[in-house]
Amino acid sequence: MSETAPARGFYTEEDMTISVGPQHPSTHGVLRFVVKTDGEVISEAIPDVGYLHRSIEKIGEKVTYHGYVPYTDRADYLAAMFANQAFCMAAEKLAGTDVTRRGEFCRVIACELNRIASHLISVGTFGQDIGAMTPFVHALRERETINNLMEEICGARLTYNYIRIGGVGYDILPETCAKIGEFLNHFEPIVDEFNRLLSGNKIFIERLAGVAVVSKEDAFSYNLVGPNLRGSGVKWDIRRDIPYSVYPELEFDVPVGMAQVGALGDSYDRYWVRIREMQESCKILRQCLQMMPKGPAISKVPKKFRPPAGEYYARVEAPRGDMGFYVVSDGSEYPYRVRIRTGSYTAMSIIDKISKGIMLADLIALIGSLDVDAPEIDR
Amino acid sequence: MQAYLDQMIRDGAFAGVPKEVVYAVAMVLAAFVVLSAFVAPLAGVTSWLERRVWARMQSRVGPNRVGPQGILQWLADGIKNLLKEDLIPADADSKLFSFAPYVVFMGFLCTFVVIPFGADLIVADLNIGILYILAVTSLVVVGILMAGWASNNKWSLLGGMRSAAQIVSYEIPAGLAILTIIFLAGTMSMQGIIKAQGWVPWDWYLFHSPFTLGAFFLYFTAALAEGNRTPFDIPEAESELVAGYVTEYSGMRFLFFFFAEWGNLYVIGAVATTLFLGGWQVPPIFENPVLLGIAQFVTFFLKAYLWVFVAMWVRATLPRVRVDQLMALCWKYMVPLSFTCLLGTIGLMFVPAQGQTIIKAITFGFALATAINFFRRVVFQVRNARPELYFKPQI
Repeated sequence: MSETAPARGFYTEEDMTISVGPQHPSTHGVLRFVVKTDGEVISEAIPDVGYLHRSIEKIGEKVTYHGYVPYTDRADYLAAMFANQAFCMAAEKLAGTDVTRRGEFCRVIACELNRIASHLISVGTFGQDIGAMTPFVHALRERETINNLMEEICGARLTYNYIRIGGVGYDILPETCAKIGEFLNHFEPIVDEFNRLLSGNKIFIERLAGVAVVSKEDAFSYNLVGPNLRGSGVKWDIRRDIPYSVYPELEFDVPVGMAQVGALGDSYDRYWVRIREMQESCKILRQCLQMMPKGPAISKVPKKFRPPAGEYYARVEAPRGDMGFYVVSDGSEYPYRVRIRTGSYTAMSIIDKISKGIMLADLIALIGSLDVDAPEIDR
Repeated sequence: MQAYLDQMIRDGAFAGVPKEVVYAVAMVLAAFVVLSAFVAPLAGVTSWLERRVWARMQSRVGPNRVGPQGILQWLADGIKNLLKEDLIPADADSKLFSFAPYVVFMGFLCTFVVIPFGADLIVADLNIGILYILAVTSLVVVGILMAGWASNNKWSLLGGMRSAAQIVSYEIPAGLAILTIIFLAGTMSMQGIIKAQGWVPWDWYLFHSPFTLGAFFLYFTAALAEGNRTPFDIPEAESELVAGYVTEYSGMRFLFFFFAEWGNLYVIGAVATTLFLGGWQVPPIFENPVLLGIAQFVTFFLKAYLWVFVAMWVRATLPRVRVDQLMALCWKYMVPLSFTCLLGTIGLMFVPAQGQTIIKAITFGFALATAINFFRRVVFQVRNARPELYFKPQI
């Protein structure tokens, strides 16, 4: 080896530097951590982001408002619907466009389906990070049904481009609504099956209980959002606290970490919050299917969309937490500036602090439990 | 076979060649035949079976294209791996790097010498058979450590170190569990251990006493850990260590490691069958020696494969433990428990014969009740599965 270590007698005391990623099985995309370890124990893990940067923000300045919606899909491909919605909300607020009531319900239905799909990926890959292969495949099997539903709703399976300024692209047909109802009947028992297979597993609990604890203070000071924040016991959900769309009319719980197996804010709490959120999403979906009124799915929006000069920051509760689109308009056809705020990016910053002194296998559990998603980090 | 060879020597077929050389060449040839005719397909079919079993448990189909139901998939994989580039990293210690897979492979292959497939189907009935298995399987750790070190890759090194610690630790409970049976049988010969048991389940050492029942599960768990199987597959934990000690390997060398791993599964099952499940013992209804041999072979094979299947099942179900939990499990729980099993078995040897029968009956009843309850629950789950999960072995 070319590295020369300072010799101190017979052996040298030096931390081993390992590069976890960008090609590593459990970094969920192209992430990199420069990890210094003493054997298996980590002394430092520095995230290195930027491998998946696609300058989505800059593209926003070069395309029209309508034309930018498909680009927002790519901000987080596991939860494309939320980026659509956040951008459209910002554009609508800038121009003062109203959204039809049926359009709002269509949005919520599509978003909650997308949330279930995203959480399924999250908990499935988390299981795989811990070494359980089967839950991952079972989760993907259920997600496949959601993808089929999404295909029926908007014609796409991953990058939807469904939510448009003023409403949604296509109305949800009654037969699709019936299929969603069928899916919910099928899916709710599946969550229990999943819990029997993975959540209640002794080894799984042992691996996660009390591992990588994020305290409430840390969660605030590192600006964690979404399930990661709620896992630390903070009851904060944009849908409930800064309500948008038709969420104020819907009844749902905001699940928070309860420290049922270890310390408050450990990896298991974050995982468990996601499982509970899938159940809450099912509840929301059932209510929406019942309450959905008749009417147009999209309001009249001019082809040449020119909002007056101004700025607006729209926030939605995405599966990875608070997703915000800050849009500045100068009165032209193109946004003057688009800034995207995502949950994964801030979650990356806490990894260095939490990972000190834990083992290499726990670092993988920590990354999995924070549910960081490479495209969302780099945008 | 030896008689046939002696006849040929007497007939002068190998004139001028020392007798020992003829024997040695014949043994190597026999080993080659056994290797290519039995061990290679065994490991290969095990790999195919594992993938199919796994796929069924994960609502997938699995390999079903090469041959009927995909049973020749292992041949296709083998040919593919043979044709791949045999890459040795520039910074690797090339000699050790190339040698390591063979050491691992040898460690697994040597065990087949003493595995009794039938009353006469054994390469060599060594009088220290089980000790020999413990000894040669220890070679595997040397190979893995060599692979981890020679790759000159930090992931490989971590994997190799983990593996060394794990295998060395788990040999203790495995050895102690085996020792209980050695005490009972009074011999270390594999055939001797089988002959000390009967063909009826209550004559197996598994149900001899609660301590041997415990020793069996201790042995099986420790063997899974020694074979780097889930939930103890931390040396090659693909979500943590990329691929552990095989990170830098490609082509046939890579395959050799997995060849050994899948073959080793069968060895685990075979040793468990020999020690605890009565080996090749069959009901005394076969007069024809050929039929008897086939029946013994099939019995042994099925018993061993049952445990291969259980290992696959476990792998499809459980997550992986962490390094420190793995060590804690071994030293805090399994080692004391296996000592308990050993001392308990020794203590029970002083109980008179009637008492032993009662203990045997209680153990057998308990095990039977547990097994019946377990299968009742499995059948319940299978019967109440959703239509898309119905058991369809042929897809």
